[in-house]
Amino acid sequence: MKKTKQLLAGLALMIWGEAQADYAVNMPVGVTETSRDIHDLHMLILWICVAIGVIVYGLMVYSIVHHRKSKGAVPAKFHENTRLEIVWTLIPFLILFAMAVPATQVMIKAYDTGAADMTIKVTGYQWKWRYTYLDEGIDFFSTLDTKSNEARQLGSRIDPTTVDNYLLNVDDPLVIPVGKKIRILLTAADVLHAWWVPEFGWKKDAIPGFITDGWIKVEKPGTYRGQCAELCGRDHGFMPIVVIAKTDEEYKQWVAEHKSKQESEQAESGKTFTLDELVAKGEQVYSTNCAACHLPNGEGIPGTFPAIKGSPVALGPIAEHVSVVVKGKKSMPAFEDQLSAADLAAVITYQRNAFGNKKGDLVQPSEIQAQK
Amino acid sequence: MTAATHDAHHEHHDHGPAKGFMRWVTTTNHKDIGTLYLVTALIMFFVGGAMALIIRLELFEPGMQWVDPLFFNQMTTLHALIMVFGAVMPAFVGLANWMIPMMIGAPDMALPRMNNWSFWILPFAFALLASTLFMEGGAPAAGWTLYPPLVLQGGNHLPFAIFSVHLLGMSSIMGAINIIVTVFNMRAPGMTLMKLPMFVWTWVITAFLLIAVMPVFAGAVTMLLTDKYFGTSFFNAAGGGDPVLYQHLFWFFGHPEVYIMILPSFGVISQIIPTFARKPLFGYSSMVYATASIGLLSFIVWAHHQYTVGMPLAGELYFTYATMLIAVPTGVKVFNWISTMWKGAMTFETPMLFAIAFVVLFTMGGFTGLMMSISPADLQYHDTYFIVAHFHYVLVPGAVFALFAGTYYWLPKWTGHKYDERLGQLHFWLSTISVNVLFFPQHFVGLAGMPRRIPDYAVQFAEFNAMSSAGAFVFGFSQLIFVYVVIKAIKGGEKASSEVWEGAENHGLEWHLPSPPPYHTWTEAPAPELILDKH
Repeated sequence: MKKTKQLLAGLALMIWGEAQADYAVNMPVGVTETSRDIHDLHMLILWICVAIGVIVYGLMVYSIVHHRKSKGAVPAKFHENTRLEIVWTLIPFLILFAMAVPATQVMIKAYDTGAADMTIKVTGYQWKWRYTYLDEGIDFFSTLDTKSNEARQLGSRIDPTTVDNYLLNVDDPLVIPVGKKIRILLTAADVLHAWWVPEFGWKKDAIPGFITDGWIKVEKPGTYRGQCAELCGRDHGFMPIVVIAKTDEEYKQWVAEHKSKQESEQAESGKTFTLDELVAKGEQVYSTNCAACHLPNGEGIPGTFPAIKGSPVALGPIAEHVSVVVKGKKSMPAFEDQLSAADLAAVITYQRNAFGNKKGDLVQPSEIQAQK
Repeated sequence: MTAATHDAHHEHHDHGPAKGFMRWVTTTNHKDIGTLYLVTALIMFFVGGAMALIIRLELFEPGMQWVDPLFFNQMTTLHALIMVFGAVMPAFVGLANWMIPMMIGAPDMALPRMNNWSFWILPFAFALLASTLFMEGGAPAAGWTLYPPLVLQGGNHLPFAIFSVHLLGMSSIMGAINIIVTVFNMRAPGMTLMKLPMFVWTWVITAFLLIAVMPVFAGAVTMLLTDKYFGTSFFNAAGGGDPVLYQHLFWFFGHPEVYIMILPSFGVISQIIPTFARKPLFGYSSMVYATASIGLLSFIVWAHHQYTVGMPLAGELYFTYATMLIAVPTGVKVFNWISTMWKGAMTFETPMLFAIAFVVLFTMGGFTGLMMSISPADLQYHDTYFIVAHFHYVLVPGAVFALFAGTYYWLPKWTGHKYDERLGQLHFWLSTISVNVLFFPQHFVGLAGMPRRIPDYAVQFAEFNAMSSAGAFVFGFSQLIFVYVVIKAIKGGEKASSEVWEGAENHGLEWHLPSPPPYHTWTEAPAPELILDKH
């Protein structure tokens, strides 16, 4: 008997231990005060539900076992009991009240976006995030990293388990300082998106034309990952969010580095490139920014996203082509804010020379600057 | 004189159905129309189910293996629209058509010609919807909620999808009017409102919900149409509109809609449990009041679907409290079902098995629903697989199991033949086990951070998704057993008595009619002493 118990305990521990190691089965506790509050609230409601469940299912199992005809049960005749019915209407009211009190407290706290140390504007695009640090003058886009992007293509034959943080990694993560109250302003450029990092304990919709807000105060340095949570079209599953929380010092260092990187990108726009340079650069830009809609082979999706291959725009006058890419057209977004002049020049050149288009044209960053 | 000849002439006919194909096209008989609805619903259940299997096939392992993400989105959208409007709703209308006249002692529905029309609109509506799959740009891919601006991005599928929604709405409203008129005007003498069987009560309340909300939905989608084709800006912020307005309109319809799919299930279960517990339904009056309260509350809680859009704190608090309140009448119903079983003499034929599974699993969906009502916690649950698990628990082992339970319960009455009990139980056990393998793990991946409506996922979600997909395939193919059982019972089998189930005559008028019932149900009103006081 004792052995059986030990064995069972060991088995239970094994399953539980393994569950802890390999599978996430519950909401993460998180790294902000709000997320811990919400986790506690979640567990409180969960246990209340479990307790009610035990009573309800227990009564059911008892009557199923004992009040069955095959055991010779004779049916009783009662069909109401006003006192009992009033009791089981009132008790749930009290239980709900007990849940509503902590819920209200958490909500009031989570809603207080005042007295923030810094503000970051997050804009959802199809299918990337733009982060604008209102105080630092930093502004960049964050897209799915190349490795995940290659592996996730239909029929890529790349095993996702060989890709680090498959679908949860980006090229340029959001970097924030720990211990600072950061107000996040959310909006969108095209359709609805939702910004969600589970370990921060909230999620908000990004709505075109409107600004919603929330706040985070991350307590532990580290990398936190999430995904867009509102259906936003074809690549909805492929717009991850990566946030790196750094100590104040490391954060300041990152700010300085990022600024100089931004400056060198701007300097690139004054350069003159050769056709090969532009095509090579353009291929990269195309795969991160255009391939989601127009497909990596440039064939597009009929009826929704036009093909680049043999397209009248890519084979027509350069100015027209530049205008479509830079200013946008119908559901084609304007890329003037999203890409540098050098990237725009490269991708337009690439489109005119790839997929069998073979125009031999080239567009220099300076020409883009002129049209912007 | 003419009248007398006319009567004499009619006495020689048995008023049976016309023969052949045209019987089904031109019929105004409530049983024929009920059958048409049920068969259509079953077909659409398999169509929507096939789409679900495409979704689960793609999600079986991480990485994209089978379909383009855009097609994946089309599948999630059509799966939902077809299951809601094509399978669950028509199936309940089918049950209502078959059972309401039999249960209230009426010869037929009050508006038989409109009844024919409201059914025959459906096949055309679904043809319009399905045709979008073959269009350039494909079917709508913005989810069943059809949120703008995304839904406005697609190709020319939009007007087809929207006209189909308009037609489905018209059909539902006509069906609802018919039910209300029938119940209010055609009851047998002595059948007061508080003697109506629970199934009839739940349908009356559902019918009022339908009439109240379908026009709102029709209006919202029409505004989408004008935004796309006539240059209006109802939902376009750049033109002074508000994309969130659509969501409020949608959920003002959408939240009552979930009760439209679940209230009739409550009715079916309230008919079945007393029969197999051999006891009257416990707390009939409180069941009626609870159902009515759920119906009323469903109108004032819609924005709990939008906790994350950024409402003012006061709004968020209001919707939290109001939503939590729904747990009270729902709890009353569950307690009443259990008290009906308590001290009964239960047997466990297939309908009872499905009814018990309904109570257990629907309650689970209710618990997760309660968890979601709490706004701060919902900020984490929203748009994750936790939500997917929740609403599938209330709609599959909820609404769909209630439909199975009802079908097994009344099938011997409809066909005059007993169904194959052994196969029925096999269907039950396979469905119940697989439905849990299918949806239970989704709670875990949702809490751990997997958003819904994604065609591919991070590798840490792989095991539970594989499990879920395996469950889906077993569940899907198990339903073929159901089709076989139904066809077998229609074709023949052991004759069923009028009572069908032991002591069933104590539980409703329909069991006093022969099995199968005559083509024109109650040509004479049932004797007043047959009408039950408490069910």
